Amino acid sequence: MKLELEVNGAAAHVEASPWKRLLDVLREDLRLTGTKEGCGEGECGACTVMLDGEAVNSCLVAVGQCHGRKVVTVEGLAAQRAGEAEVLHAVQRALVTCGGAQCGICTPGIAVCAVHVVDSGALHGADDATARAKVRELLAGNICRCTGYQLIVDAVIAAARELEGARS
Amino acid sequence: MTAYVRPRDLAEALALRAEHPDWMVLAGGTDLMVNAIHQKVPAGIVDLWRFAPIGGITVGDGRITIGAGATWTEVERHPAIREKLAPLALAAREIGALQIQARGTVGGNVGTSSPVGDSLPALLALDCELEVASVRGHRRAPYSAWCTGYRTTQLAPDELVIAAHLPLPGANVRTAWRKVGTRRAQSISKVMGAAAIEVDAGVVVSARIGLGAVANRPIRATAVEEAVRGQRLGAQAAEAARAALRASIAPIDDVRSTAAYRLEVAENVVARFFHVS
Ligand SMILES: Cc1cc2nc3c(=O)[nH]c(=O)nc-3n(C[C@H](O)[C@H](O)[C@H](O)COP(=O)(O)OP(=O)(O)OC[C@H]3O[C@@H](n4cnc5c(N)ncnc54)[C@H](O)[C@@H]3O)c2cc1C
Ligand code: FES
Ligand code: FES
Repeated sequence: MKLELEVNGAAAHVEASPWKRLLDVLREDLRLTGTKEGCGEGECGACTVMLDGEAVNSCLVAVGQCHGRKVVTVEGLAAQRAGEAEVLHAVQRALVTCGGAQCGICTPGIAVCAVHVVDSGALHGADDATARAKVRELLAGNICRCTGYQLIVDAVIAAARELEGARS
Repeated sequence: MTAYVRPRDLAEALALRAEHPDWMVLAGGTDLMVNAIHQKVPAGIVDLWRFAPIGGITVGDGRITIGAGATWTEVERHPAIREKLAPLALAAREIGALQIQARGTVGGNVGTSSPVGDSLPALLALDCELEVASVRGHRRAPYSAWCTGYRTTQLAPDELVIAAHLPLPGANVRTAWRKVGTRRAQSISKVMGAAAIEVDAGVVVSARIGLGAVANRPIRATAVEEAVRGQRLGAQAAEAARAALRASIAPIDDVRSTAAYRLEVAENVVARFFHVS
């Protein structure tokens, strides 16, 4: 079927079976290979993207369901102004500076989910212990085999603090 | 090629069901899309994701009505559900993780009706009545009679689940919910239970107990419900509940737990519902 969706702020036209996974349409039809497949079963979160502003597993979304909807992938997290170099989201920068990525397979999914968590204000005003517990709960659907999570949690908290500081 | 329809209204959705009972009814896809690339390609899809006629949560007439299309994120955040139907809000928070809660729906949990569906013991304890529709008309079905076996339900091939109706518990009803799994998020339950217990001056007037993962479908622990009637809340009711449960359920052995472990945990879960907090 002919599909029209908004991907990372731009219109995307795709001809695909409605049963095809959003994950495969992103990687194969749109060549957005930042989104990774870990398990294909909804368990690992490597394929996380935003669908109409919610973090979802793109391996569990039939692309027919995305017609007319907005999708944001890891490629769409950075701010991009015409003629300027792109600026990474605070979460992405913090993952780099805190060492929250090793092999990198889980990283796109973690970045998307963490941006969703931070931008939704879920950590706003929380003290450190509460914020750490929240990050662990909200990122529980993103599995990482390398880092042991500690540095990922550090990064998400650092990004949330930076954005809070910028706001106030 | 798989046919795909996003119905405009309920009449179109029901007509599609009547005409193509073999088509897949797809909501959040968190059950249906697991391992999708290794599955049989469906002949057609009726897409219920964000389908307005079955969406939304409303409070009124002494009950809360949850549209089948409501997601677990919506259920968990809803203030009236958190306050009045706490077991359901607590279950919602432990279904999968953030990504699963954003897509998984009430209708999907009820549609699959797996013995480990987390909301299902809560629906049992909270006396849920499902509203179901087809071109033949609307009907109501108590959730306690919905499951007919392992992952099988009363749903006819031309029907859709429209909503779950839950009466608001009275002021003297205490509710509780407990899930035991390997970790809090993203783990399939070993045992879970929900309770709604009506108490008068410290004595149990009546109780409804829903249990999951202890039989081939979610069940009401009716033997416990009878045994605790008239018992004093605390050790007395808790011990009556434990004995009645032991005599009435026979959980299974599987890769996740042994039957003996499940029975002991289920007893503890149920007994704890009757402790004075
Ligand atoms: C990683 C992972 C973790 C999970 N963890 C949990 C957990 O902890 N607890 C738990 O309970 N579940 C869990 N699930 C299962 C699943 O998320 C839930 O059962 C969810 O509620 C299903 O809803 P859905 O909308 O995604 O269903 P779908 O997959 O879209 O549909 C499921 C079934 O319901 C039918 N259906 C859907 N809507 C209707 C309707 N309105 N009328 C008639 N039939 C309908 C479909 O035809 C299908 O048979 C998990 C799943 C995954 C992938
Ligand atoms: S690939 Fe989608 S959750 Fe693992
Ligand atoms: S960095 Fe390797 S899986 Fe997370």
